[in-house]
Parts: sequence; structure tokens; C-alpha cells
Amino acid sequence: MSLSATTAAPSPAPPDDAPPRRRRGYLFNRLDLKYSPYLYIAPFFLIFGAFGLYPMLRTAWMSLHDWDMIGDHTFIGFDNYTELVTDDYFWNALFNTFGIFALSTIPQLLMALFLANLLNRTFLRAKTFFRMAIFVPNVVSVAAVAIVFGMLFQREFGLFNWLLSFVGVEQVDWDGQRWSSWTAIASMVNWRWTGYNTLILLAGMQAIPKDLYEAAAIDGASQWRQFWQITLPMLKPTFIFVVILSTIGGMQLFTEPLLFGNGNIIGGDQRQFQTLAMYMYEKGIENLNTAGYGAAVAWAIFMIIVLVSLFNFVLIRRTAK
Amino acid sequence: MSLTTRRSRMAAATLAAITAVGGLAACGNDDDAPAEGGKPTKLVVDTFGEMGYDELVKQYEQETGIKVELRKTAQLSEYRPKLVRYLATGKGAADVTALEEGILNEFKANPRNWADMTPLVSSDIADDYLPWKWELGKAPDGRLIGLPTDVGSLAVCYRKDLFQAAGLPTERDQVAALWPDWNGFHQAGKTYKEATGKAFIDSVTAVSNGVLFQQGSDLFYDKENNIIADTSPAVKSAWEIATSMADISAKAQTWSPEWSGGFKQGTFAATFCPSWMLGIVQENSGEANKGKWDVAAVPGGGGNWGGSWLSVPEQSKYPEEAAKLAQFLTNATSQVEAFKAKGPLPTNLEALQNEAFLNYTNEYFSNAPTGKIFGESVAQIEPIHLGPKHQAVKENALEPALRAFENGQASKDKAWEQFTKDAQTQGAF
Repeated sequence: MSLSATTAAPSPAPPDDAPPRRRRGYLFNRLDLKYSPYLYIAPFFLIFGAFGLYPMLRTAWMSLHDWDMIGDHTFIGFDNYTELVTDDYFWNALFNTFGIFALSTIPQLLMALFLANLLNRTFLRAKTFFRMAIFVPNVVSVAAVAIVFGMLFQREFGLFNWLLSFVGVEQVDWDGQRWSSWTAIASMVNWRWTGYNTLILLAGMQAIPKDLYEAAAIDGASQWRQFWQITLPMLKPTFIFVVILSTIGGMQLFTEPLLFGNGNIIGGDQRQFQTLAMYMYEKGIENLNTAGYGAAVAWAIFMIIVLVSLFNFVLIRRTAK
Repeated sequence: MSLTTRRSRMAAATLAAITAVGGLAACGNDDDAPAEGGKPTKLVVDTFGEMGYDELVKQYEQETGIKVELRKTAQLSEYRPKLVRYLATGKGAADVTALEEGILNEFKANPRNWADMTPLVSSDIADDYLPWKWELGKAPDGRLIGLPTDVGSLAVCYRKDLFQAAGLPTERDQVAALWPDWNGFHQAGKTYKEATGKAFIDSVTAVSNGVLFQQGSDLFYDKENNIIADTSPAVKSAWEIATSMADISAKAQTWSPEWSGGFKQGTFAATFCPSWMLGIVQENSGEANKGKWDVAAVPGGGGNWGGSWLSVPEQSKYPEEAAKLAQFLTNATSQVEAFKAKGPLPTNLEALQNEAFLNYTNEYFSNAPTGKIFGESVAQIEPIHLGPKHQAVKENALEPALRAFENGQASKDKAWEQFTKDAQTQGAF
């Protein structure tokens, strides 16, 4: 547009010719300014609409039906949800999910904080190596992790029972009890995600201005004191992010407990380690005729994630203040 | 074919999740325009496991000039989600679809997904098959939705070397004589355990499977498909016999690593073998144990675990031709050929009398005459009615409760309570 404007300038163009030309350029400019940003972001929204929003709305619609995957669909209003409230196995799955979540997230974040602080120290040699190494477990496929850990936690030929036998502990039936199955599953999650969280926390730590520490050191603050008074408060936004991510991951826990239980969707003979996501799969996909109920479980999980994330957010904001 | 079924349930479960989302190329038959006179140019056959149809479809192609595409899926647990998607979306299904005993029932619950084959096949073939097997191929509304392919049957696989070490007989006839009934089986197990200190069978659920399928009466459902799990005498008897065997059980859950590892380690000396299980026993035990296993008759006589049917989905464009192909694949000659190729046991009465079938011996299992053993066992199978959610009740209610008792997590009463409660939710349809 600008090019045509400059070439037109030296020799005065015929008066009847110039205005439409310039107007056309002007119009294009305006359209470009006004609409091209939408074009640029359109791919995301189109994909999100097709693979994010539509399935969500469709699931909501399904949850209001008695939905047989290969049969009839009958509208039943909120019956699925009222049934859900009195469903023992739903609460059992919720309890398991929170139990495993607590066993995995809390030690994992403490560990990640400790490791990140260590990696942030100036005295450490081969920093890049350690930073890379700590992330490696996260790159391993979750199925491989679950299968290998499943073998380690075997009752008869498992490594952990073999090691425990040296200290006189009798064969533990790992998937038999609640505590042991939760521990086994949480250990898989911890192994896989500690490094990831460490890296994010480390990035947060490195964004803290060095002069704060220098000033504190001059004032005679110990390393420990610096950590509590400077690192932790300054790390608050990163920490919120990490906690929310862990929450979402924890609420959706599926592959680890499923493969730990030999692929059985009910998660242990007495559902000791069936998580919410597994319960959703059991109702929504395994049982063809309860797809609507499964959809209601899916929406319940969504609501729980929103609630827990909000709770985390508020809690962490408050304590960090 | 009851599979290779859930041999690696673990990996398959993940795969199922992935395929459900990822979408395999749904090669439907939309593009096969009808040739002259409404005759198809191509028919598609969906099977799982190994049904032994490779040569048979080639033969059919030559005889009829219709091209047949055989789509094989290794695991039933991958096969089922694909089939569900075809039916739910109304496209992609093959013209001839294999349905296994465990999944047949839930698909029967919506019979309108399947073509009624009664007018499509020859009217006199009903008498060619084991009567109970033929009846199971019918939907509740009486429509014929499946032609019988194979049957699992039931026998006991036992380790000769371990039996010998425990002072038990090793010849298959003498071994079978040890257990005319389940009590005899239990006694043999106790003798073995006293002598060796080791477990006799793999798990109590293996026993419950054996007992359940030889009862010849209603199991979890009555004929009107009401759930009767808590009152059914057959279930109660399977429960009592299975729980009584906890003292001789290795507590190795079927398909678990403890279980498959147990074959090599000799953690148990006997297990229950439908014919399709032989291959799994062989694979888990390895070459080193060749000739150590043998096959004997099951206590209480007869029984069945697994088996399939061939069906024509309603969405098939050529139901008539598809039904003809299904009839061809399940006739006596084809069933013997399939047995010779991959081992599925015939259900066609004529095939069961066939010389080649009856004289077959299995080299890995000490040259046991498996054709004869399973063939005789097939004749004794009692017809049973499996309800719509039979598999779910068995796998997600009965077996977990039995294992909870076996592993000492619950008392017998508590476990029974757990089973009857779960049977109601799992069995609802």
C-alpha cells in the first residue's frame, strides 16, 4: 500500500483515478488491522472447539441421559447426579483419589523444593548435567513406568519384597491392602513427576533477584533464614502453578493404578485403589449401557478439580502473605 | 476362540484407551459399489485371536469370485472397543463379525444392531451344531444373530514331574481317576501339598470358572434375565467349592505376572484348561518344560470356558452374502480345517466326529490326544443361559470377591456380601 502511495506522489495522477485506489488500500489496511488478529488465533479456537469444548458439552448432554453406547438414549434429567451422590463406589473412588493424591503430591513437592534449592546453589558442579538428569524420569512413558514398578511390587518375585525379606518383613501383598497399594502407586507418580516440578521451581528460584540475597547476607541472615524469608515468598506464584498442575494430574490419575492392578478397571479386589478416572472409565466405557452415568462421573471430576484448584489457590495465597 | 484374550490385559487396557481416542483407520465397505445383480465384489470379516480362517477365505474367494478381506485383531480387549465404535457410529463394521461368548451377551442386549440370520441361512443347519451352542446364538427376541464357531471346552493341565515328586500318579487316566468329583480333586491337592509344601492349583477363581460352566443351569440370571446371583444354586455351589480350595491355592490371579511367572517356577502343579488355554500354558512354561505338562479330564465331567459365534451386523450392505460366508466358515469341513490350522474346537457335530480331529495329539503336552479329550468333554457340556452382563458379573463381582477371601482380606461371609451387592450393580442392564 505504501509503495503505491509513494509512486503515485511524484506525478500527479488523474483526479478520477486516485481516490478509489487509495480507498481500496485504506480499506484493506483497516480490515487487516481489525480481523487478522482473529485469524491468527483462530486455529487454536477451532481445535479447542472441536476437541475441547464440544466433547465437554456433549458429555454434559450425555450425563442427562440414560445412555446406552450401542442402544437407546433416554432423557432422565439429573437422575444420574442424584444417584452419584449416594453411590458408595463413587465416594470410595474419591477417597482413593485423594489418598493417593496426598501420598504423592505432598512428599513430591517437598522433595522438589529441596532438590531445586540444592540445584540453585552456586557451589554445585556439573549443574546442567544434574538438571537434565533429574528430568529424565518424566520422559519415560507412563505405561513403561507402571509395568516396571508393577514388577518391582510383585508379591512373589518382586524386588521390594525380596529386599524386605532381609529385614525380616513378611511378604507384603502390595495390591491387597489400601495403604500398600496407595504407597506403590504414589511411588510411581513421585518417581515420574518430582524432577519435572523441581525444574519449574528451579526456574522460579532463578528469577529471584540476587541482590535480595546479598542484602540479606550483609544483614547477617543465615542460609536457612534466607530460604524462608526470601526464596519461599518470592516463589509463591510458581508454587501455585505447580500445585494446581499436580492437583489436575492427581485428580486424573488413571494409568498407574490401572496397570498396577493388572489392567482390571475396578482397581483391586475390594476397589482399594480405584481412582475417579478409573470409575469414570468403568461406567462410561467398559459398561456399554451406563455411558450416561459415566459422563456424570466425568463432570463430577471436572467440578472437583475446579473446587480443589480454587481451594489450593486461596490457601496458598493466604499462607504466603 | 476365547483367546489369547486377556493375556496381556495390562498393555491391552492402555491400547484400548488409545485406540478409543486415536481412531484406527475405519476401513468401511462404503466404497464397494454393488456389482451386477446386487452381488458384492468384496466382503469384510472381523476376527480376533486366531480363528484359522486364512486358507478358508482364499478357498471361498475362488469358489464364489467374491473378494474376502480378513481383518484380524490380536486381543479381544482391543477388538471390543473397535466393535463398539462401529456399532455406536453406524459405520465401519465388517460384514461378518466374530463375537466371543463373554461379549456376545452384552451385544445381544441390543439385538437390532445385528441382522436376523434365520431367513438368510439354510433352514436345516440348526441340527448340525451342538444344540446349546446354537441356542446361545439367538437374541432374547428369538432372532438368530450368530452361527457357532468354536467352543472352549474344559480339561485339567497338570505337571507330571511335580505329580511324581509328590507321589501322585502321572498317567492321564490314573490322574483323572483321582478326581471323579471336586472332592476328589481337593483331596489330591491336599496330598500334593502335604508332600511338597507347595500349592496345587493357581487360584480359586480358576476353580469357580470350572464349576460354574459345568452346572447346566442358570448362573447369574434366570431365563427372564432377572439377576439371581444371590440365590442361584449353581453360583452358590461354585462359590462353596471354590472357597474350599483356598488351602491348596497359589493365590495367583489369572493373567497377573505372578500367574504367568508361576508356570515356569512351578508354583502350582495344575490348572484348568479350555482348549485355547493350551497355547498360553505352553508359552508361559517355555521350551524348557516341554513334555512335563499333560492333559486330563476335568472333575465332575465336561464344562466349557469360552467360544465364539459369527454374526452379521445390521449395517452390512450385503447381509445375504455375508450370512452365506458365515455359514461356509462354520460348516463341518471348515471347522476341521480351522482346528488343524489354529486349534479352535469344532462345534459342528459332524466335525466333532471327524477322524483327523479325533486323532490329533499335542506334542508339547506329552503327546496328549487333545482332540479326543476335548472332543469327549464337548459332548458332556450342559446348555446354560448366560445373561446380558454375565462377563461383568463374573469378572467384576464374583472373582474379586473370591480373591478377597482367598487373600484373607475378607471373611467368607463378608466376601459373599460383597459379591451379591456388586452383582446387582454390575448385572444391571
